[in-house]
Amino acid sequence: MMKKIFLLTFFVLIAWMSGFAQSNMDLEMADLMRSSGKIYVVISVLLIILGGIAGYLFYLDKKLKHLEKKIQSKLNNL
Amino acid sequence: MRRVWWKYAAIILLIYTFIAGFLLDVPRLPILHETIRNLYFHVSMWFGMIILLVCSLVYSIRYLGNSDLKSDLWASEAAKVGVFFGFLGLATGMLWAKYTWGAWWVNDSKLNGAAASILVYLAYFMLRNSLDEEQKRARISAVYSIFAFSLMMVFIMILPRLTDSLHPGNGGNPSFGKYDLDSNMRMVFYPAIIGWTLIGVWIWQIRIRMALIKEAMYTLEDSQKRE
Repeated sequence: MMKKIFLLTFFVLIAWMSGFAQSNMDLEMADLMRSSGKIYVVISVLLIILGGIAGYLFYLDKKLKHLEKKIQSKLNNL
Repeated sequence: MRRVWWKYAAIILLIYTFIAGFLLDVPRLPILHETIRNLYFHVSMWFGMIILLVCSLVYSIRYLGNSDLKSDLWASEAAKVGVFFGFLGLATGMLWAKYTWGAWWVNDSKLNGAAASILVYLAYFMLRNSLDEEQKRARISAVYSIFAFSLMMVFIMILPRLTDSLHPGNGGNPSFGKYDLDSNMRMVFYPAIIGWTLIGVWIWQIRIRMALIKEAMYTLEDSQKRE
């Protein structure tokens, strides 16, 4: 019962909040991405690239760690 | 430590790209506004991808000439980094499209062509993974790589120019020449391409070295088993 009440209030809250967001969205406000000559689009693009490269480096790091562990276990078995 | 200078060069060129790319004057264009600066980031991703894929093509052809597995390794690693740049190009392009054309993706010959050519290269990796015998894998994937590269050229260079496209540089649209003819932008654009590509080459080199270590480990393992 408590769970149901909790869920109900949760969904009502979500619906209420998204209704809020909707009414704000309809108006063309100084929305961040379109402000200052859309410069934030350029910044986001740069962040995507940086995040992508960082993610790729972490992925390579993980592969290298795996390789190191394998080599270490080989050395220990000698 | 002999040949590290180009790594420093890559970093310096990128620092220059960030500073000059954000601060120098750019042409004032409607709709694009400041996003024209994405030329230094989004477009150089694609240039980096094409340069790395050309490297992959060159080593594939080399493999067909000398049957050296090292050439095959260099070719496949270059393609992996190239496709990674392609994904960055797609992601950045989608964001740029959202705030200039109004949608994350439009049914445009350039965009679909770019996505299709990435799929063609993903098929190249799947082909490689599905073949076990080394020489056979190398030979078949070298031939496929030549096919994939020509297909990519058709998809992103030829077909979009034959039809109308929203994307600049294609048929029915003013080409990017209009923007980068602006000498201020060229001053940043070319160093940006070199800088990002060098980063790609750096990652390529690291991948090759990792693969070589792995290979050396397996060779050692085999020789130990034989003893």
